[in-house]
Amino acid sequence: MGLFILRRLGVMLLTALCLTFIVFWLTNLYPNLEKLAKNQGNFRMSDEAVASYLGDRGYLRSTPVKFGEWLGVVPGWVNEAEDGTITGRCFTSDTPEADRPTRCGVLQGDWGYSTFAKDEVNAILVTRLAKTGKLMLCVLLLMVPAALIVGVLAGMREGSKLDRSLSTFSIATTATPEYVSGVIFIALLASSKFGISPLLIEWGLMGTDDSLFGKGKTLFFGSATKAMDDANFWNFFLPVLTISLYGMGYIARMTRASMTEVMTAQYIRTARLKGVKFSDIVLKHALRNALIAPFTVIMLQIPWLLNGVVIVETLFNYKGFGWLLVQAAGNNDIELLLAVSVVSVAVVLLTQLISDIGYVYLNPRIRIS
Amino acid sequence: MEPLTWTGSLVGLNFFFQVAVAVLLMAIVLQIVVSFIPSAGSRAMGADGTLAANAGFAGLISQVSLWLFYAVIALILLYLIAGVFMGTGAGIIGGMTRQFLPVWIALIVTFALSITYKRKLGLYGKLFDSTVGMIGFALVMFWVFTGIMGGVFDMIVTHDSLSQASGMKNKLPGTPLRGAEDGEYAWYLLGGDNLARDVFSRLVKGSWIVVLIAPLATLFAFMVGITLGLPAGYYAGRLDTILSFVANLILAFPVILLFFLLVTPEIVLTGIPNYMAAVLFIFPLIFFGVLLNSRYYTQPSVRTPLLIVVLGGLAWAYLALISSDGTIVENPTTTIPGLPAVLDWIPMPAEYLVVFVSVVFVNSPTVFRIVRGLALDIKTRDYVAAAQTRGEGPWYIMLWEILPNARGPLIVDFCLRIGYTTILLGTLGFFGLGLESESPDWGTTINAGRRLLSLYPHAALAPAISLLSLVLGLNLLADGLREESLRD
Repeated sequence: MGLFILRRLGVMLLTALCLTFIVFWLTNLYPNLEKLAKNQGNFRMSDEAVASYLGDRGYLRSTPVKFGEWLGVVPGWVNEAEDGTITGRCFTSDTPEADRPTRCGVLQGDWGYSTFAKDEVNAILVTRLAKTGKLMLCVLLLMVPAALIVGVLAGMREGSKLDRSLSTFSIATTATPEYVSGVIFIALLASSKFGISPLLIEWGLMGTDDSLFGKGKTLFFGSATKAMDDANFWNFFLPVLTISLYGMGYIARMTRASMTEVMTAQYIRTARLKGVKFSDIVLKHALRNALIAPFTVIMLQIPWLLNGVVIVETLFNYKGFGWLLVQAAGNNDIELLLAVSVVSVAVVLLTQLISDIGYVYLNPRIRIS
Repeated sequence: MEPLTWTGSLVGLNFFFQVAVAVLLMAIVLQIVVSFIPSAGSRAMGADGTLAANAGFAGLISQVSLWLFYAVIALILLYLIAGVFMGTGAGIIGGMTRQFLPVWIALIVTFALSITYKRKLGLYGKLFDSTVGMIGFALVMFWVFTGIMGGVFDMIVTHDSLSQASGMKNKLPGTPLRGAEDGEYAWYLLGGDNLARDVFSRLVKGSWIVVLIAPLATLFAFMVGITLGLPAGYYAGRLDTILSFVANLILAFPVILLFFLLVTPEIVLTGIPNYMAAVLFIFPLIFFGVLLNSRYYTQPSVRTPLLIVVLGGLAWAYLALISSDGTIVENPTTTIPGLPAVLDWIPMPAEYLVVFVSVVFVNSPTVFRIVRGLALDIKTRDYVAAAQTRGEGPWYIMLWEILPNARGPLIVDFCLRIGYTTILLGTLGFFGLGLESESPDWGTTINAGRRLLSLYPHAALAPAISLLSLVLGLNLLADGLREESLRD
């Protein structure tokens, strides 16, 4: 077991290194740098001015060297201008000589400076990740139980009406990407002109202080900006539901497949012939074995939730990690984009690792051998 | 002119339709609830030893829900048939039904022919034994026909998809066109978008982009996945380790991040998508070359002309696909000459190419893993051992023994993957990546419509529901195919 985890960790580190290098290379291509220079300097810079701007800031050296600097394994660049001022990657010209570090990079805990948010990348990343963490937690709390219940109910009697209805439902949810379900939910539930809200106002259930659903104009809110600090059901449920729904169908189908397999097993037949109650068979005998496979699926689904998070945070204007990714890419903010990429790649690899280890741990047949 | 209502003069039918749908839903729920209670129906032993049971309450409900289902279908058909004859007299739905008339005819012809000859059509014919599969197939073919007829032949559209009409900005569905001239369609059937363009026509035009790119990109991804996955699974060993590592590397990228890195104007400028296209699009050439060579290399008189014709044609298509305006890559630093513009019969605008390449790139590793897994499993079978004993070459075994026997899961996955590719294309459009902002494809339209979503949702809802129906159709089709291919 220990050796297995070590080997997996080794492969994971190698993968992470390769991926970060690819992202680094793609973000540091010359057209991107040129855009950066023009954004930071001015838009009418000549080609020579761009080249000297980038050269002064150490952008024009070979990619592996720059990557090493960014990682913090290679000493940062130091540049002496003609008038004698010394600038470097790790310090500005007015830092005292003694305080100037030679290396500064990810390994030293320095993720760089965001040109878009005008702040240290570390600080931005922590605040945005906290917001997204809240969203993800709610999504998992809604999605996992719902998907497991749907899957178990559908799988316990294969071919029944319940199975067919729930399977159709799960197929429908996997066919509904977040940007479709989000749009439909906003149009139906959060529009003051269409869908359910005008009806509720007409019936007197909403719109005045003492009515059932409060005095708002819409039942739910189409924007989750307020939910960043003060989340409640009406402003936070739609984004959570939108993300959960797309991921749910897949987990439910996997749970159903696993459950139907278990329900045809010999020991379940034995239990039935012994006269155990059907509810006891499902809850005590079948469920434990049926939930091993969905565990892996749930862990592997988390990277997919990342996609959903980016879409939903953009759609509902919730300024979290996904929103940050879009802003960093849209504004050509190289260091922020790199940090965002590292975090998302790490999430993917860690969930893969957990799912592998968890599967081995949960499944006695593999664990014992 | 009066604005159109949804159902026009068929408004009397709405009540029956609503009642039928409501009762049907209640019946289904009731049926599920009843299924938890064990039935206490009486059983009777026949004189010949047969056992008969009456269906009881549960049977009654299932009868009722079946008839209600037929009633709902009949009512929908009534709306559609009335729409074909009455046009806009039957409201917006009628008007749309009339516009879609060529699609209906094509669908009916397809279904009539397929059902008549279904016993002779193999797996495709078996699809028509499964209700779910038929519904899925109908949804998919609806959009395929719409794409071809509307997108290529301009048959269904009512207005030009780019022209703006004064006073039609954000107008609701069914608004009459102000100052419509003779011969011009007098309504915006699904309303106007925020630039006063006709939502319905853009929807139809956009379906062509989706219906064209999604299956083609999936096909290319399958070529890449099969050509690399078969040897990885068959030879295993170091080749497998390296290829699997690379595949996992690409799979560990969050898709959206990859899109944001690859599909930007700056990256297009460097020519990276063109290089990727040159690499990815060569796989069909390799695939067909090896496929035919491994089969006919013992008969050079057949093999050589066959390969010359097939590979020549494919190479021409390949060069035409990756080069535009006579160059493969053109930027200030490098220029690689390609096929001259005279011979370039596939016009591939740069922004389509980058979208196409990135979608193929994202899909290939997954296909690779599926094919590799199947090959690992199938290579242990007896018929593979028999072929090895006969002395067949490895590529013959991979392509003519293993691949045909893996076709079931691959066909099912192909359908699912087209759906997934459609979703990816929509995602690209949603973030405004790749295609230009006036492109009528569904993702871009949703992106344009979402800013005014809570006030004028129709501009974003129409493409959203279309995309949903197409992907749902593909998933149902895949489900039907899986069921039917498992049956034998």
